[in-house]
Amino acid sequence: MRELMRHTWLIARKDLQLEFRSRTALASAFVFTALVLVIFEYGRDPTAVPTIDLAPSILWVTFSFAAMLGLNRAFQAELENQALDGLLLAPISRTSLFWGKLTANLVFVALVQVVGVLLFILFFNVPVWRVWLPFLLVCALATIGFIAVGTLFSAMVVRTRFAELMLPVLLLPFLLPPLIAAVAITVKLFAGRPLSESAGWLRLLAGYDLAFVSLTTLLFPATVTE
Amino acid sequence: MTLAQRGRWITIGALLLLAGVYVRALRFSPVEVHQGLAQKIFYLHVPAAWSAMLSMGLVGLASILFLIMKDRRLDRFAAASAEVGTVFCCVMLTTGPLWARPIWGTWWTWDARLTLTLMLFFLFIGYQVLRGAVNDPALRARYAAVVGICGLILLPFIHLSVYLFRTLHPQPIVLKPSAPSLPPEMLVTLLLSFGVFTLLYVGFVMQRYAIGEGGGNE
Repeated sequence: MRELMRHTWLIARKDLQLEFRSRTALASAFVFTALVLVIFEYGRDPTAVPTIDLAPSILWVTFSFAAMLGLNRAFQAELENQALDGLLLAPISRTSLFWGKLTANLVFVALVQVVGVLLFILFFNVPVWRVWLPFLLVCALATIGFIAVGTLFSAMVVRTRFAELMLPVLLLPFLLPPLIAAVAITVKLFAGRPLSESAGWLRLLAGYDLAFVSLTTLLFPATVTE
Repeated sequence: MTLAQRGRWITIGALLLLAGVYVRALRFSPVEVHQGLAQKIFYLHVPAAWSAMLSMGLVGLASILFLIMKDRRLDRFAAASAEVGTVFCCVMLTTGPLWARPIWGTWWTWDARLTLTLMLFFLFIGYQVLRGAVNDPALRARYAAVVGICGLILLPFIHLSVYLFRTLHPQPIVLKPSAPSLPPEMLVTLLLSFGVFTLLYVGFVMQRYAIGEGGGNE
């Protein structure tokens, strides 16, 4: 178990190091987030639609698209010089390889989310900090399961034709349950309702995460074995 | 007789039976009081939805078995079932709005079942786009199986999430048509139609499977 964790961390660190050195995906995700927020600001009539009504959708549209940008990156780097073969030959289990990729993706998305929320507070003047702890929990729960599926699919699509296009097509249905739940909880949180009111949604999110993290871990070897 | 021929005969038989079901639906089943003749489309719409669900269920099941047994026939069956499922999904998604426009006053609404079936359609599309994008047959089979299994697990979650969403935020119009209290004549017609659509599914899949067998994997 400890070995598994260590290998997971090594893979994740390698990916993150690579990303922090080039910063291409991260930078494009940040710029993309800022752009979407600006577009939303001008795409609504502030006298007719109060910010607080639109806020949850704005946030989650931004997050899910930014996450998509990050997911495409995950296995792209391994294509060059057959780096993936090297990883597969390394004496580590497939599980730690997958979890490493998953962890790196989660860190990537978390960074984008932090910047996104800060910009969101700045641009839209929504007091997110009043509910920061439950909001953090919702973000984490909504992101984990979806990114797990995304990581699994990105391992496949990089080796297909039109890779960049494939991922959104495959992922859209999988985005729906966490997105609906996250938006529903965020609406309540921003309206000042306690988190306990959204117990059903939280259970759904937790169930989704549990089901898909274990399922994708189980299925991952089938996508890389020769 | 080859598999394709048998499939063709089953399909022809099912289509004739479908015509019979419609004679029964139009002539011998009572007209619904509130919906009038628009309700007749239900004998097409509901069984098509059933066949689409059946297709996805069997795609998922075949995918699981494929990853365990590595039998290429299972993959070919999953591919056939997904393609036929897409057709039934199209039937369901076109007959639905046709009925909804006069009855609900709108083509589309984000009701639980509607959203679920739309996502099912997207799943089928994604599954097939992926199949088309991989050249190596062995790789394609494994990738498709992974997506098939994920799709099967996803459906209950979509249903649950959309259901929760709508019960928490009730809509002004009651969208669910009352199904339970069906007069016996209507029920028999509907059940017959279910049978016919299942037969159609079998016929279509047999033919599609046979084509896959003849011309390599595609």
